[in-house]
This record gives sequence, structure tokens and C-alpha cells, in this order.
Amino acid sequence: MANLVEIRDLKVEATSDAGRVIEIIHGVSLDVAEGEIVALIGESGSGKTTIALSLMGYARTGCRISGGRVMFAGRDMTQLSEREKAAIRGTDVSYVPQSAAAAFNPAQTIMDQVIEITRIHDLMPRPEAERRALELFRALNLPNPGTIGRRYPHQVSGGQLQRLSAAMALIADPKLVIFDEPTTALDVTTQIEVLRAFKSVMKKGGMAGIYVSHDLAVVAQIADRIVVLKGGEILEVGTTQQVLDAPRHPYTRELLSAFEPKHYASPARPEMTARKPPLLDVLGITAGYGPVQADGLPLMRALKSVSFRLEEGRNLGVIGESGCGKSTLARVIAGILPQAKGDIIFDGRQMARSAAGRQKEELRKLQMVFQFADTALNPAKSIEDILARPLAFYHGMNRRQREARVCDLLDMVRLPRTVRHRRAAELSGGQKQRVNLARALAAEPRLILCDEITSALDTVVAAAILDLLKELQRELGLSYMFISHDLSTVQAICDEVIVMYNGEKVEEMATGLRQAPTHPYSRLLFSSVPKLDPRWLDSLELDPELVSAFARR
Amino acid sequence: MTRSATHIHAAGYSLNLVGLLGFLIVVVWAMVAITAPWITPYPIGEIVDFDYFGPISDKFWLGTDYLGRDILSRILMGARYTVGISLVAVTLSCSLGVTLGMTAAVVGGWLDTILSRLLDALNSIPSKLFGLVVVAGVGSSIPVLILTLGVIYTPGAFRFARALAVNINTMDFVTVARARGEGTFFLIRSEVLPNIIGPVLADLGLRFVFTVLLLSGLSFLGLGVQPPDADWGALVRENIGGLPFGAPAVIFPSVAIASLTIGVNLLIDNLPQKIRDRSN
Amino acid sequence: MNKHVLHLVLARLVIAVITLVIVSFTVFAATVLLPGDVVEILLGQAATPEAVAGLRAAMHLDDPAIWRFFRWLAGILTGNFGISYANNMPVADLIGPRLLNSLKLAGITTVFSVPIALSLGISAAMWRGSWFDRAVTVLSIGVVSVPEFMVATSAVLVFAVYLKWLPALSFANEIHSFGQMLRVYAMPVITLSFVISAQMIRMTRAAVIETLNTPYVEMALLKGASRARLVLRHALPNALGPIVNAVALSLSYLLGGVIIVETIFNYPGVAKLMVDAVSTRDLPLIQTCAMLFCMVYLLLITTADIIAIVSNPRLK
Repeated sequence: MANLVEIRDLKVEATSDAGRVIEIIHGVSLDVAEGEIVALIGESGSGKTTIALSLMGYARTGCRISGGRVMFAGRDMTQLSEREKAAIRGTDVSYVPQSAAAAFNPAQTIMDQVIEITRIHDLMPRPEAERRALELFRALNLPNPGTIGRRYPHQVSGGQLQRLSAAMALIADPKLVIFDEPTTALDVTTQIEVLRAFKSVMKKGGMAGIYVSHDLAVVAQIADRIVVLKGGEILEVGTTQQVLDAPRHPYTRELLSAFEPKHYASPARPEMTARKPPLLDVLGITAGYGPVQADGLPLMRALKSVSFRLEEGRNLGVIGESGCGKSTLARVIAGILPQAKGDIIFDGRQMARSAAGRQKEELRKLQMVFQFADTALNPAKSIEDILARPLAFYHGMNRRQREARVCDLLDMVRLPRTVRHRRAAELSGGQKQRVNLARALAAEPRLILCDEITSALDTVVAAAILDLLKELQRELGLSYMFISHDLSTVQAICDEVIVMYNGEKVEEMATGLRQAPTHPYSRLLFSSVPKLDPRWLDSLELDPELVSAFARR
Repeated sequence: MTRSATHIHAAGYSLNLVGLLGFLIVVVWAMVAITAPWITPYPIGEIVDFDYFGPISDKFWLGTDYLGRDILSRILMGARYTVGISLVAVTLSCSLGVTLGMTAAVVGGWLDTILSRLLDALNSIPSKLFGLVVVAGVGSSIPVLILTLGVIYTPGAFRFARALAVNINTMDFVTVARARGEGTFFLIRSEVLPNIIGPVLADLGLRFVFTVLLLSGLSFLGLGVQPPDADWGALVRENIGGLPFGAPAVIFPSVAIASLTIGVNLLIDNLPQKIRDRSN
Repeated sequence: MNKHVLHLVLARLVIAVITLVIVSFTVFAATVLLPGDVVEILLGQAATPEAVAGLRAAMHLDDPAIWRFFRWLAGILTGNFGISYANNMPVADLIGPRLLNSLKLAGITTVFSVPIALSLGISAAMWRGSWFDRAVTVLSIGVVSVPEFMVATSAVLVFAVYLKWLPALSFANEIHSFGQMLRVYAMPVITLSFVISAQMIRMTRAAVIETLNTPYVEMALLKGASRARLVLRHALPNALGPIVNAVALSLSYLLGGVIIVETIFNYPGVAKLMVDAVSTRDLPLIQTCAMLFCMVYLLLITTADIIAIVSNPRLK
């Protein structure tokens, strides 16, 4: 047998809450050679994590390997006893989880957990294990390698934990490491550091790897071969270069096309609107959470004196990483979180700080759409009830008018009229987000605040939502304030962009992303976005001072 | 490809066999409570046997009590008191507790703090003790029992409903409704309540069990339903003298209580996940 | 202990004190503000109006209720619990020896049932879904859903009536030998143990299962850890807070259980004293007993909360 891993005709079944048994992996076969890194690419529900876990002879609760062989180093993982599997786990195959923050036991020190594999399998004396851990901490470029092991998981940052979880997986020199979306939860500026650390350690050790991800650009940097999955089946397998340059399957081509830069051309003519007063004028907003201090400001300040304006018919993008205050900004404008200082002038009127103090007409003209489509729709109501409420509330429509209008709204967001009798749980993620949009449209607003509305969606679905937004804008003359951490999304829809960092607006780019950023943080942020080119990571040179100043590692 | 387990499907919901058994027990006792006066074989107050603590016989299916009265008749009639009082009390405590709990969660701020503190304090009086103290102060009658039981289980219902409602309150769809300008009443009735009603009803079932147990306990201590009326707890008390020789008169009222409470528990435990965790 | 933890603990203690004040007000209100004239109880229906008025003044019954509440609370705080209506003895003297008896019963039950319940709960969680787990679950649901007096009567039926190991209802107050002590305590302790263990098993099992479902336990499994290691090293330390809470809550069921058990077995403890006091409407005795029970309960849940705060690894 030549290959380290040979999966043949793997089938996995899942049992639903109602007791139904569904096959979720339909006969998958793939190989991994010694020292080779193979990426499993696919959307949520494609079965990529399930396949990766089968290599450890493990299926999550409710799932069961129902057929096929999973040969690892000549042994079939599906046929081994619990005890035999336990002996292989950690020593021969190891696992780097998606969320390291959840995968570390909060009650034990980091060192105890990093060297736990050596204790379980009795591989080496403790001092030697700690010495090895220290080497790995250095190799993974962790700060304070000498003392970090004595800390508890909640005392270190997410990026550090992710690298520590790699140290945990590598401590016993496994033959194969499974990376389960290890950088998905991280910000782009942090992701680079972590990716680099993974890549260098894997290359040095000559280990084989399975890298599970939904992000082609990330995978392009680290994988030798790419396996494209959808709905529990393999669509395409090829070397990284081959999949990127000459994709064979239409779905792969669709995934790749989402990466093509699309610059947005505004339908509005700036020379016409420039004379009118701005639609939204935000003046020196300071807001936050926690008890109010002596100076009248809250303890935790999420926004520090942020100002900007948005002209009618134009789209403003707000970008920044998690915790920069971009979502707080939207909540303040919508009146969900009253600001401590500053003014919001919308459509020529000064807005009350809280939604409760605003007039119905003011509220109607400004609508918000949220990131998580499923929590934004009441699961106990039908789509018709959800869409009819703003019609009754803002426009006082009677039953017949509402019914007709709900159908119109569903047409506008390209959903079949039959969905109005269903509940949110019966719709897909993309459909739910369309319903959310329809609910905002029901108010007939002038401005829609979009808070990361495509972030939780798969690439192809997200692209379709963006197209819909543009179409609606042409038809209805709306304006959008579009909040996102994803540059390409913002690029595709916005005329102007502001960049936020740590509660402050650091840069304003009046012509969108066509111009080069000037602020050092914007430069770091923009250059950190992975590109489809496999040589991107190796050739990327970041100013180390810039990185240490801004990236929260 | 689907496989089906031992489930009974009806009206879109499915219930397994154990749950169905629980459901049947509950229905039977409810029917008994309603029709008791017409189905008792003997008048409940009448001494029908010369022997006291009589054994099971053709004439007296469950034996006779310490005065020679028919136990079956007394148990059938006792269902009225046990099921009736508990049901009214639990409806009282749940409607009060759930309303207050949702209001506290949606309004928040000082109202929430005060209500939570006050009801938590009330909750830290052991339930049997509360019953004892009230009966000592006011004396025992059926309205007093219902009110006392209702008050005792209100804090629990409040806490349960508030915890669920707080979770719902953080959901984006409630934020959407708030940002739309909706009032508190709409938020409670239309956004929160429909999403917690399943677990709340399941909790009502469990609280019904607690109420039955407490009522029986109080009656057993002689502080609940007063003679000549008797619920199941009082029947055990009356006939405790038969315990040393294992008289049926002391065993069967206990069995009646256990069958009801276990039946409710079986039903609740086997409710479809759909009803129990609507909130998730 | 760092400053943050200290702050949380102090806040919890303040809440306990506030709760105690509200509880004492409720107890006082329930027994005194409601109808039913104490003087009439004491002097009987035939008393002259002068005698009634005199006694009312002597007992400060004509003062506003709030004054009487504060006077009563001050009395409780200074150890002056008042005089029993029934036999004119100081309440403290009546309660003293009875309290000792009740504590003995509770103590023996605790020592007996906590280790058994915890090991049953943890092992049921460890072998979740097995026959052992199912048996434990069914039995504990059964015990939880029947009244305490039924557990007691069943114990009598099994151990005294059918097996004839123990006397049915022991009335012995004098204990001369170990054998006798065993006979007196066996039945009440068995009954109480069943009652509190059932709760404890259920809650412990649930707490351990919840931590077993966390990603860090899955991670440990993927490191090759054995089932014992998963439970003992990873799940248990994190389930400590909930488990202590389960123990404290279950021990508080002792309070309810003890009322029934002392009555049914005629055991000379505080609960029996209180039940008797209810039938004579001896209000000072009832109030003091009620406050005693509430304080024990508060002490238990406050201790549990503080242990949960201190043992939370995220606050280290």
C-alpha cells in the first residue's frame, strides 16, 4: 500500500431528532500520500468535517459510519475496537479543532492540555514533553513561549489558542494532522500569522495533513491537492494549481468566480445629488456598554467620536475586524443602542437617541437587516405573518391589501409566493435572508442598514444576495449602509468606504476601494486578505512593526 | 431512506408508546374526577362493611377503610379533590408566574430586578413549611389551599418563564420588532409567548406533579383537605393505622397518587422534542 | 482569591441578607397579619373583655404591624424567640434539644446518601444509555414523583411488614445500645435517603452529561483519552459547580422530607414540634421554627452559590 490514507466508498448515516435516518456521505473515496496536504473544500453541510473525523474512527453523536473502508497506515479505522482507536488517536492521527477557544478545557492550564497526549499514551517523561512543547511554541511563533503554558485558556487570545491547539496536535509527531477550519473564526490580520505558523511547522516535520475549509484562497496557500465536496459527494479532485487554473466542475468554477474582483458602478449620478443635503449625517457619535462614568460616558466605549455622511442613492461600506465597533454603529443609528454623545441627522431631521423616542415615520424610513438570518425571523410565525406586520404597523393596510402586498414583496426578493405559508425553519439560509430583506422593504425605507448580511452564507448564495441588493437599488432608489469584515463584499456594492479600528474611523475612501489606502491599519487589513494565488502567502511581506501595532494575535 | 421507530403519529406530532401510556393514565384520572359522583359503587360516607380495614373482595374491590367504608368509592371521589385543587392552583401559579416572567424579561431594568429579587426570596421558603405556616395562621379550607399552592409555585414558574424569555429577548427578531417601534404588549404576546409556549406547558405539567405531591403531603399531615371530605393524601392519613398489617386501605390511595404523578412525568418526558424545545 | 471573585462572593452574601429580611417579613405576615385572634386562642371564648384588653396591651397587639415586625425581628436577632403560648416555656428551651435530634437525623442521612448518590449519578452519566443508567434513571424518576410519605409507608411495608427486619413504627425515645439506635434511626434514615438521593442522582447525572457534551471533552476523546479520563479529568472538574448546587438543593429537600418523616415515625425533632405547634396554633413556636428552616435553606443555597463562584476556573 503506497498511500498513508485510502478512503474507499465511505458512507455515513445521521439520525435526526424525529428518528429518521439519512445518509449524509454517499460513498466517498480519496487518498492522501505521506507528507501530502490535501484540502477538503465545501460549503456547510457538504460533509467535509464528517469525512475528516472518520479518519480518527470517530463520528459525532447521532452519526454512524455505515459503509466503506477508512484505511490509515494499513489499518481499517472502521473495524478497530474503541481501545485500538484510542491508541491511534493523538499519536498517529491528531486533530486541530475549528474553535480552539471551545476545545480547551477551562479548568486546566494550557501546558497540561498541550502535553496531555504524551501523558495518555505514556510516550515520554513530563520534563521532556514540556521541552518539546516549548520548541513547538517557538516554532509556532507564540509570544512568551516560556510562560504561556502556565496560563489558563481564557487568559490568552483566540489567535494564540488556535496556534496552541496546533502545538497540542503536533506534540507526539503524528503521521497525519486534521485541520478543521482552523482559521475561520479568526480575523484576517490574525489569520495570516496562524497560517504561516501552520505551514512552516508542517513542512519542517514532513507530516501529512487534511485541511478542511470553505475558503479556497486560504487552502490555496497550504494544500498540495484540493478535493471539492458538495452534499456528501466528491465533485472534483486535482492538484491545487490545476483546480485553480482549470476547474472541471461547474460548481468549482462558480466558487472561483466569487473571487473575481467586482467593482461597483453607482447608478446614481453624484453631480445631481451633491447639492442636496445628505440622507444620513452622523456627527461625533460616542457609544458603548456598561455603567456610566463620571464624564457621562459608558465604561466600555465601543465607538469613539465617529462621524460620516451618506448621500441619497449611494452606498456606504463600513469595514473592520471583530470588535472594531462597526455593528455598534449600525445599532446606534437604528436607535437600538442610544449613544452617549453625538447626533444623528436622517433625512433632514434630528433623530431621538432611542427607537422608542422616534416617530413612526422616522422609523419607517430607516430599516435594518441582521447578520444571522435564522435568529432574525420569529420561528413561531409564518412568513406571511412576518411580512404583514410592518404593512399593518406602518401603512395601516387591511387584510386584503396586506395579502397582495406580501406577494409583491416575495416577487421583489425573487422568492416563490408559496413560501408565505411556511415557517422560517423550513427555508434555506439564503431564502431566510431574502425574507429579512423583504421585511425591511415592506416599510418602504429610504435607507437599509445591512449588518454582515452575507457573512453567514455560503459564497455562491452570498453573491446572489448582493446581486439582488443592486437590482432593488436600481428599482427603488434605496441607499445602503453595508457593514462587513469582508473586503470583496464591500467592494462589490459600495461607492464609499470607511475603515474602522478599535471604535474609531481611521480612514474614509470617497471613491470606494479603487484607491490605495493611506492609513497604516487599512494597508495592513487590505494586504492581509488571502488571494487565490498559491504563492501569495510566501511572497507576502508585511511590515512587522505594523503587524505588532495592529494585529491582535 | 428513512426508518421509523415505535411512534404513534397524529396531527403532525408523534408520541412514543411510553408517552401514550402516560397520556392515557392522565386522561383516565381526569375522566374519573369529572364523573366521580356517578360511578362510585357505594355512597362515600356510608359504612358498608362490619369489618374495618377489610381485605380485597368481590364486594369491595379495594377493601374497606378504618370505619368500614368502601375504599374504591373514596378514591374515585378523592380524585376530584386531588386533581381539581391541584389543577386550579397550578393554572393560577403558571399564568401569574409566566406573565410576570415575560414582562420582567422584556421590560428589564429595575422592574426585572425587583420582581426577581422578591420572587427569589419567596422561593427560598421551603414549600411544605410555607403551607404549614399559612395553615397555622389562617386555618385550612379549599380556597385557602388553592391560593397557598398557587402562591408557592408562582416563583418557580416566574423563574422558568423569565429564563426562557430572556433568551428570546436577545434574539434579533425581537430587536427588529423593537426597532420597528412595537410596544411592550406586542413584544410579549406576539414575539416572546409563541416561542416559549411549548416548554411552558411542559413545565406546567411538572409543576402540577409538585402541586399534587405538596397537597397530598399537607393532607397527610392533617393540614390539607379537612374531613369529612378527603383527597388521596387525607385517605392515607385516615388509614395509617392499617399500615402495620399492610391494609389495602393505606396502600391504594398511595398507588393512586403515584399513578397520576408518574403518568404525568411519563407524558412530559416523552413529549416530542418539537414541543419541549421550541425555544432552541 | 482575586478581587473580582471576592466582589462576587460579597454580592452573593448581600443578596442572602436581603432575602432573609424578605423571608422573615413573609413568615411574620402569614402568621400574624391574617385573621384569627391570638388572645382569643390563649384565653378561650369565655374571657372577659377586660382580660382580653389587658393581654392585648401586654403583648403589644394594638401597635401597628410594622412595629411588631421590627420588635419581633430584633428579638430573633438577639436570641429572644418569645414564650410559647401552649406551655409558657421559652421557645428557645423547647427547640434546643429537638434541634439536636433533627440535626442528628439529617447528619446521618447526609453522610449516608451523598456519597452513594454522587457515585450513582456520575456512573450513570459515564455509561449513559446503558441498562445500568436506565435502571437508575427509572428508579430516581419513580422516587421523585411519589410523595415522601409513600416512600416512608413503602419502607415500612417492605422492611417491617413483609421482611420483619425492623419494628413498624418505632416509638423508642430511650436508646441504650447500638442495636437499638440502628433500629430507631434505620427507617427514618432510609426514607430520607431515598427522597434526597433521587434528586441528587438526577441533577448530578444531568450536570456531568452536560459537560461531557462540550467540545473540550470531544477534543480529549480525539487525543485518545479513556472514558474514565474523560469523566474524571475533563468533565468532573467543570461540573463541580452544578454538582455542589445539586447537593445543596437536595439537602434542602431534607427540610421538606423531615417534616413528613418525623411525623410518620414519631421522631422527636424540630419538624414534629412544629407540626404539633400548628395544631395548637402556637404562633411564636411556629415562627421560630419557620425562621430556623428558612435560614438553613438559605445557608445551603448561598454556600452552594459561593462554591460555584470560587470553583469557576474562568474567574481564576
